Amino acid sequence: MNKPAGETPAPPAPPAKEGPAKAAKESNGTQLVREIMSGNAMISVLAVVVALVIGGILIAVTDPRVTTAFGYFFGDPSATFKAIWASVSDAYGALLRGATYDPNARTWQGRLGIFETLTFATPLILSGLAVTLAFRVGLFNIGAKGQIILGATFAGVVGFLIELPPGIHLIAVILAGALGGALWGGIAGFLKARTGAHEVIVTIMLNYIAVSLVLYLLKNQLRDPNSSNPISPRMHESAMFPLLLGPNFRVHAGLILAVLAVIGVSWLLNRSTMGFEFRAIGANPRAARTAGMNVSRGYITVMLISGALAGLAGVTQLAGTEKILDADIAGSIGFDAITVALLGRSKPWGTFFAAILFGAFKAGGTSMAVNADVSIDIVAVVQSLIVLFIAAPPLIRSIFRIKAVSREGVAA
Amino acid sequence: MKNLLLKTAKRGAIVGTVAVSAVALMLTGCGEAPPAPGGSGSANPAAADFLGCIVSDSGGFDDQSFNQSSYEGMKKAQADLGIQMKEAQSASTADFAPNLSTMASAGCNLTVTVGFLLAEATKTAAADNPDLHYAIIDDSSIKAPNVKPVVYDTAQAAFMAGYASAAVSKTGKVGTFGGINIPTVTIFMDGFADGVKYFNEKQGKNVQLLGWNKDTQQGSFANTFEIIQEGTKITNNLLSEGADVIMPVAGPLGKGAGDAVLAANKTGKDAKLVWVDSDGFLTAPTYKSVLLTSVIKTMGEAVETIVKEDLDGKFDPAPYIGTLDNGGVSLAPFHDLDSAVSADTKTQLDEIKKGIIDGSIKVESKASPK
Repeated sequence: MNKPAGETPAPPAPPAKEGPAKAAKESNGTQLVREIMSGNAMISVLAVVVALVIGGILIAVTDPRVTTAFGYFFGDPSATFKAIWASVSDAYGALLRGATYDPNARTWQGRLGIFETLTFATPLILSGLAVTLAFRVGLFNIGAKGQIILGATFAGVVGFLIELPPGIHLIAVILAGALGGALWGGIAGFLKARTGAHEVIVTIMLNYIAVSLVLYLLKNQLRDPNSSNPISPRMHESAMFPLLLGPNFRVHAGLILAVLAVIGVSWLLNRSTMGFEFRAIGANPRAARTAGMNVSRGYITVMLISGALAGLAGVTQLAGTEKILDADIAGSIGFDAITVALLGRSKPWGTFFAAILFGAFKAGGTSMAVNADVSIDIVAVVQSLIVLFIAAPPLIRSIFRIKAVSREGVAA
Repeated sequence: MKNLLLKTAKRGAIVGTVAVSAVALMLTGCGEAPPAPGGSGSANPAAADFLGCIVSDSGGFDDQSFNQSSYEGMKKAQADLGIQMKEAQSASTADFAPNLSTMASAGCNLTVTVGFLLAEATKTAAADNPDLHYAIIDDSSIKAPNVKPVVYDTAQAAFMAGYASAAVSKTGKVGTFGGINIPTVTIFMDGFADGVKYFNEKQGKNVQLLGWNKDTQQGSFANTFEIIQEGTKITNNLLSEGADVIMPVAGPLGKGAGDAVLAANKTGKDAKLVWVDSDGFLTAPTYKSVLLTSVIKTMGEAVETIVKEDLDGKFDPAPYIGTLDNGGVSLAPFHDLDSAVSADTKTQLDEIKKGIIDGSIKVESKASPK
């Protein structure tokens, strides 16, 4: 690695001032991508561990049992440690049980949280892949949110306004969702390729436009005629993903679609000519152009595919779990996708496992909030810390004294 | 330089040691916890076995509005009745169903869901768990033997607020705006409009209402309950059009409206604010210097009553409709701005209240619960 450390690798990073041979206009992303790819999986794991430790500290210091015990720390130090232990193990125990298996839950759905984990992971896998793929071409697709919304909207139009025979209906819904996402992603790709407009700005702006657009449609053309609220009618049953494990669990066939997408993207990147071009452009757009590759076409193509993947995430939300379209259909998935892609080191299977982990945080977070009375915001803090540590690999390296690729220490 | 490096290395070592030992502590924590029995973290076996639970909509329990009032009601039930309590906040629509299923699997005897957005999820959860009870605030669409709808004829109290606002207005213009054009919001605006109209009829004045037209059911809306600055923007518009009493019906956006009024008064205006849902004098004291009154929905009391009834085995799925008569809705005292309201107006407000209760004054809103 020839990258001087210490430069902030935040997404909207200003063009690198130093750095060897840079076409600043085209390679804003390449530096971070290279940085992320160069790190090993160990850094991802350690980032999660450190984030959990800090989360644990926060849980302990905000727990009244701990603060009470700390009041007589010097009288009975062991009480404090016992309280810390109880507090943190209660919280993370509830998190783990909620995300996997809880023998004490009253309902089957609560008992086997692992399936909730997979349900939450499904849209994260697809939208994480969307971000991952764009990353590999050196583009930051911050617009997964907008693409999810458009995907869900297109899927909804087919799913609740049109009647089709079972089987064909679901396929039509899936294709419509992919089309909607591809359209929204494609706009950013086209503008990047033709005008050089930065994809970060364009995709963020398109997120706002998507939210307003769907709200407008929900108040007018797409509104449930029986409701005065801005929500759509229910999806037809034939347009829904079949449930994989019966009505007790929410896990649906969208998960299979997501796994197929992982395999597909993995093949695309590692085995296909197009994927080779993508990676070449991501590594160095100038060199790729010199080598005769069409960089502009690469940008447009990757954003179309990336948008389609995010659109599919919207389909799994609408046709998998939510059934009704509202303006909040994307929730935080669009932004969690970025974290998932970072944690997954921008590799398709890495993204898959990162999405499962985040699904577990989601499923377990509810259980932690309800059963251990710990604010679900702790989960958000842990997730944010993961991003922080991954975006600042030198920090993690120094904490764990991993042999750094860079020369500089971590006085920062 | 060397010194710095040494220092850095040392610090690194310390951080490393702390982190590693914390990891070790945690790993053992994670390894041991799952097989241990006792899913609930509560260590209070003496309290009643009754488990009361509450799930918020995306506003969260600190929205200084209906989530917060309902939450405080549940908290009060916990303190007064000694029940156990669980709570879950929803960050988005996608959280509703998982939150409710977590509550069901924790065995909540009564789960209160706050807001019509949760109607679909509540309906499903209630059907899946016929042995558990549910109460939903601000929605009356669910008809099930184990769901109690809790709704408010807010227009009655908003009518009084409209009358009071029109009476204190110096510019002859009062204003209102909503978060989203939905029944639970427009019912405030309908009542407010009727109150202003009634004042004009009785006093022979022509006070104008900006931001809402009851006949067309159209008006100013922020189209959000989250972006507080939108409240400031709309309030500034209403103020510049000449309104001097503003009633924001937009949950947290009321704070934005309050900021706008405070700022306008610094530049020499004399504008006032009408809070909604809770008594703003108590829940949003920042604005008490400009707070004329509040249109109160006493959700806390309703929640506590329902918990108590259920605890006594008297759960009843008939809808609770809060009115001026049963105290479910009311107009807050004028507090610091008491002197701004004339004694005549206060007497008239008392008469109006009586009139609404005995039916001689009709308050009609499309959004009123039937």
